[in-house]
Amino acid sequence: MSRILQTLLDSLTVGSLYGLIALGYTMVYGILQFINFAHSDIFMLGAWFSFELSKTFGWSKNPPPFWAAPLVLILAMTLCGAVGFTIERLAYKPLRKAPRLNVLITAIGVSLLIENVGQLPWALGTQPQSMPTLINDRVLFSILGVGFHLVDLLVIGVAFALMVVLQWLVYGTKLGLGMRAVSFDTKTASLMGINVDAVISFTFVTGSALAAAAGLLFALKYSGLKQSADSQWVLLGLKAFVAAVVGGIGNVRGAVLGGLMIGAIEQFGAAYVYAPLRDVYVFSVLILVLLVKPTGLLGKAVVEKV
Amino acid sequence: MTTALSQRGQELAPTPIVAAPRFLAPLAAGVVLAILLELVLPSPQTNLKSKIFLDIGINVILAVSLNMVNGFTGQFSMGHAGFMAVGGYAAATITYYGSFALWGNPDTHGVSGNALFFLACLAAGLVAAALGYLVGLPSLRLRGDYLAIVTLGFGEIVRVLVQLTQPVLVTPERVHEVGFPGVLGYLGGALGFSGQYGIPTYTNIFWAYAFVTVTLVSAYRMKRSTWGRAFLAVRENEIAAEAMGVHTTKVKVRAFVVAAFFAGIAGSLYGHETGALNPATLGFMRSFDIIIMVVLGGMGSVSGSVVAAVILTILPEALRPVADYRMVVYALSLIVMMILRPQGIFGIREVWELGPFKRFFVEKR
Repeated sequence: MSRILQTLLDSLTVGSLYGLIALGYTMVYGILQFINFAHSDIFMLGAWFSFELSKTFGWSKNPPPFWAAPLVLILAMTLCGAVGFTIERLAYKPLRKAPRLNVLITAIGVSLLIENVGQLPWALGTQPQSMPTLINDRVLFSILGVGFHLVDLLVIGVAFALMVVLQWLVYGTKLGLGMRAVSFDTKTASLMGINVDAVISFTFVTGSALAAAAGLLFALKYSGLKQSADSQWVLLGLKAFVAAVVGGIGNVRGAVLGGLMIGAIEQFGAAYVYAPLRDVYVFSVLILVLLVKPTGLLGKAVVEKV
Repeated sequence: MTTALSQRGQELAPTPIVAAPRFLAPLAAGVVLAILLELVLPSPQTNLKSKIFLDIGINVILAVSLNMVNGFTGQFSMGHAGFMAVGGYAAATITYYGSFALWGNPDTHGVSGNALFFLACLAAGLVAAALGYLVGLPSLRLRGDYLAIVTLGFGEIVRVLVQLTQPVLVTPERVHEVGFPGVLGYLGGALGFSGQYGIPTYTNIFWAYAFVTVTLVSAYRMKRSTWGRAFLAVRENEIAAEAMGVHTTKVKVRAFVVAAFFAGIAGSLYGHETGALNPATLGFMRSFDIIIMVVLGGMGSVSGSVVAAVILTILPEALRPVADYRMVVYALSLIVMMILRPQGIFGIREVWELGPFKRFFVEKR
């Protein structure tokens, strides 16, 4: 019983991280219909920026003040938002009318660029680093012998708070209305007086900020940071993309649902079936879901008109 | 009406006597050229430039074969390295364990060894093609990016499964004891298929370029055949193609099978070149490399894929003097290229269909 509870807690932690990253994929896909391969690198940058910021503030040794983690969170989100904005303006905007495949290749190019600039000696370097303890982690309470760690609850809490904020942003504000309109029909939206470029930029900034938050939370939970070009980052990003697809791409709630589902499948598969196959479970579920419902769980089928 | 059309088609179709040389003549020329290159160039095992030349050959096979799916048929496969891995491991299993069974050691063996290698390449192609059939099937229901992500998932599954095999190879004494299906559990796991002896290094300039010739001739003849027309029709407009009587699912699966076949052979050549296969180098990054070649060369242009494969194999080597900035420059040139020339270097055309020689090659309409 305690094992089930422990696995459930792990699924929730990992799943909410996947969900947070998946939101960035799903929003960009919803508007521009392409897989933003550079998104996993924004997530990586979020984790690394958090590390560099903590180091700059001199928190690597001393126990940090209580406002350290929120400050790093806000700074990392701002920085990554700026990176996302720059990428969109310089690399994707010139290709607005090009075939989607070209945008995809450009995204792969941007991804390679970030990874390899990150490896340069004056940037992040090629050595793995250890994240300083921004949060004094301790067991808050335990149920059935399962310790609920502060970090785990923080990851879940912050992730869900951000998801609620995003839900409000997309469905409760005028800007969100613009995003949904552009996603539904770009041309008509621009005829209705929506500034399409501004909406797209805003989408990238929001998605990148969420990925940065996921990066910090990831660094808090797993303090060993792999170097920027490590395939671990891309693989995490891919699984988050799988989560977005399983949930129904372009759908905000679907991304969260998909993230939690992928997290649960991965953790339960690893705990109860065979741990080294965890990536196989994720991709098998993807194939199965798509074969049964090609638009994902919450996705709407688009009727093709001839 | 239909009978009249098909009769007319048969009248127009070239007789085998006319058609055969179109296929066989370039094939023979290519094989002769491959023999000459093998005799002239130094061994790739010792000479870096020869090795790069060999790598170009392998990348040409990969790019041209992926072009059949992504370029001709307009599907989007992101798991080409998966087929390469399957082919490479299949062939390595045959030559490595086969050498033990036949000769008791995994050294290279003259003519009979090369014959075994040739058979291993064919087997690699067939195993990969069988998998290509399986991966092609979801294209019945999935389109565009969804299919792409499924093929990517397939490639990752292949990599993880290979990594799960025992991290050792079976020792010579135990090969007979373990037997055939058993050795598939011993493929080196995450450490890679190399072991104490390594895969026998049969791949040389001749084998690489003989297979390059086969790939190029097949791809080009296929593009000009009814199969190729069907591929292009699916790419341009799937609904219209279906309305014209093209069995679109069959056509898409066919493209996957043929492309996987050649990718399997390329994997075999790759494994027998350095004597080692490592699942870490056969992941999605490798698939992306091949996709980049196809898009840069032009989707649907066989010669474009060749040119892009040559450029993109040499470029990272040529950028070695700038050391740390090598991959940065590579990534930047990729982005700039996509922005400045979105259709790739040649678009759908072949090299000889552009420029001053165009009128000799483009059919009059």
